[in-house]
Amino acid sequence: MDTLLIHVLNALLYAAVLFLIAGGLSLIYGVMRIVNLAHGNLYAFGAFVAASVVGRLVNGPTPLGLLYLALAAGAVAAAALGAMLEPTLLRPLYRRPEEYQLLITFGLQLVLEDLIRFIWGPYPLSVSSLFEGMGSLNIGESIYPTYNLAVIVVGGLAAAGLWAFIYRTQFGVVLRATSQNMRMAQAMGVNVNRVYVQAFTLGCFMAGLGGAIVVPQQGAVLGMGVDALILAFVVVVIGGLGSLEGALIGALLVGIVRELGITFFPEVELAVLYLMAAVVLLVRPAGLFGRA
Amino acid sequence: MSPAPAPTRRLLTAAGPIIVALAVLPYVVEPYQTVLLSYGLIFAIAALGFNLLLGYTGLLSFGHSAYFGVGAYAVAFVVKYLRVSSMEVFLLGGIVASALVSALIGVVCVRYTRIYFSILTLALSQVLWSLAFKFFWVTGGTDGLRVPTPALLGVGIGAGQDKMGYLAHRYYYYVLVIFLAAVALMWVIVHSPFGKALQAIRDNETRAEFVGVQVWHYRWVAFLISGVFTGLAGALWVPLNGLTTPDILHWSFSGEIVFFTVLGGFGTFAGPIVGAVVFNYLKTFAVGYTVYWQMLLGVVLMLLVLGLPTGIVGTTIRLWRKGRTTA
Repeated sequence: MDTLLIHVLNALLYAAVLFLIAGGLSLIYGVMRIVNLAHGNLYAFGAFVAASVVGRLVNGPTPLGLLYLALAAGAVAAAALGAMLEPTLLRPLYRRPEEYQLLITFGLQLVLEDLIRFIWGPYPLSVSSLFEGMGSLNIGESIYPTYNLAVIVVGGLAAAGLWAFIYRTQFGVVLRATSQNMRMAQAMGVNVNRVYVQAFTLGCFMAGLGGAIVVPQQGAVLGMGVDALILAFVVVVIGGLGSLEGALIGALLVGIVRELGITFFPEVELAVLYLMAAVVLLVRPAGLFGRA
Repeated sequence: MSPAPAPTRRLLTAAGPIIVALAVLPYVVEPYQTVLLSYGLIFAIAALGFNLLLGYTGLLSFGHSAYFGVGAYAVAFVVKYLRVSSMEVFLLGGIVASALVSALIGVVCVRYTRIYFSILTLALSQVLWSLAFKFFWVTGGTDGLRVPTPALLGVGIGAGQDKMGYLAHRYYYYVLVIFLAAVALMWVIVHSPFGKALQAIRDNETRAEFVGVQVWHYRWVAFLISGVFTGLAGALWVPLNGLTTPDILHWSFSGEIVFFTVLGGFGTFAGPIVGAVVFNYLKTFAVGYTVYWQMLLGVVLMLLVLGLPTGIVGTTIRLWRKGRTTA
């Protein structure tokens, strides 16, 4: 029973982080119809910023509680980067075929990957004292790190917050209107350029937050962005490109399958995930929750 | 004998001097340069295949590393399990394996277009990558599999013969001949009724269907041909590299194939060839020049997309035509 609970918690932990990454990716696609191949790098960027900010503060007099808050610097930095990138790089391309949009984000992915190496060097950064600082819980006869529970809570809060933001605020209405029909929204007086920047920034903020909260547990490593991107793809393909509910369900499914995979079929765990995405695309091209 | 049609005649006039230059090259430049160009020509074969989908059928595959990698791993398996080291067997293995894999993946993917096609090809190529990565007792995992320098047409590398010289001369000519054959074959394909049908599908799928083109079927055949060209390139690449690792199955290598096709320009026949050769020099230079070579390539790609979307060849043609009309 305890082991089952631990497996469920692990699956949720994984799903929480994946939702933050994939939710942002899906939000950006939903509003702007752009598949951002550099999205994983924004997640990595958030992780590196968080790790370096907290790493600097950790030996000083800052109380532990504030250090956890300092992780949010990663999310803010990723959002700021996103707010800079959208008007400069993506905006000139909206009228061009989507191949070009895919290509420019691929170029951006290459640049950001090396930018991270340039700024922080080739070695991983870690702030494991934050992970250890929360101690662990006893679940039956097993122990489980409290920090992991905190990540699950953050993921859940982010999902709830995003839902409220999109379905309960004025901004959310504008965002959904633009997503459903950009021209019509524009005709009704919506400043589409501004909505695009806001959506892109929000998506990057989520990715950066995802990066920031995994740092205490896994550290910030080069290449983490590329790996995360492909898994986020799997999530959004399963859930449906552009659908937030889909991203949530997709993240949960991937979290569960991955936890099962690590336990029962480690060799083909990744292959099974990619195949799952392929099968969903075949059966429902728009994903489980997408609209075609 | 009737004279060749106009575009073919133009190709032959343009290609003649280039072929001569390529043929005398090993006698003029350092062996290193010849080997470098061999890589470029091999990537050009892959790009030709890739562009049959992107430029002629209008499908952007982000998973062509799969067929390149399958071609390369098929060769490595021939060496590992059959203990054969003949280039012709290598090529056969690479072609058969990539045909099987692209036929299978193609059946699944050709039902989709646009972004769904790109993501689906990407996801399926990642399946192969993860298998190569995890099944290390078969594939060697990240260490990869070694491939010795093979015998060409039954004649192997002599005892005490310099390997670099062998690669820079005999292997280079072998690659060159196959490259020229691949170019000729692709030229015939894109100018055949089949090639015209693909372009019709690219321009307007619904109309193509109305005039009787079986869209899925044609796309599938194009996918298969595309995969086999890329697999052939993989099979030619692996003896030159001496080693195959999961890296060439990873989607970032697919990105490179896309990159060099766009660099040359996917709207023209010669674009991918020029792009592959130039990209190979560019990457070699960038890797030797800075550890941040990815950033350099990324910046080049972004500038291309923003400034020269028709690529090197497309832009050159446009400038040349403009020059002629104003002169």
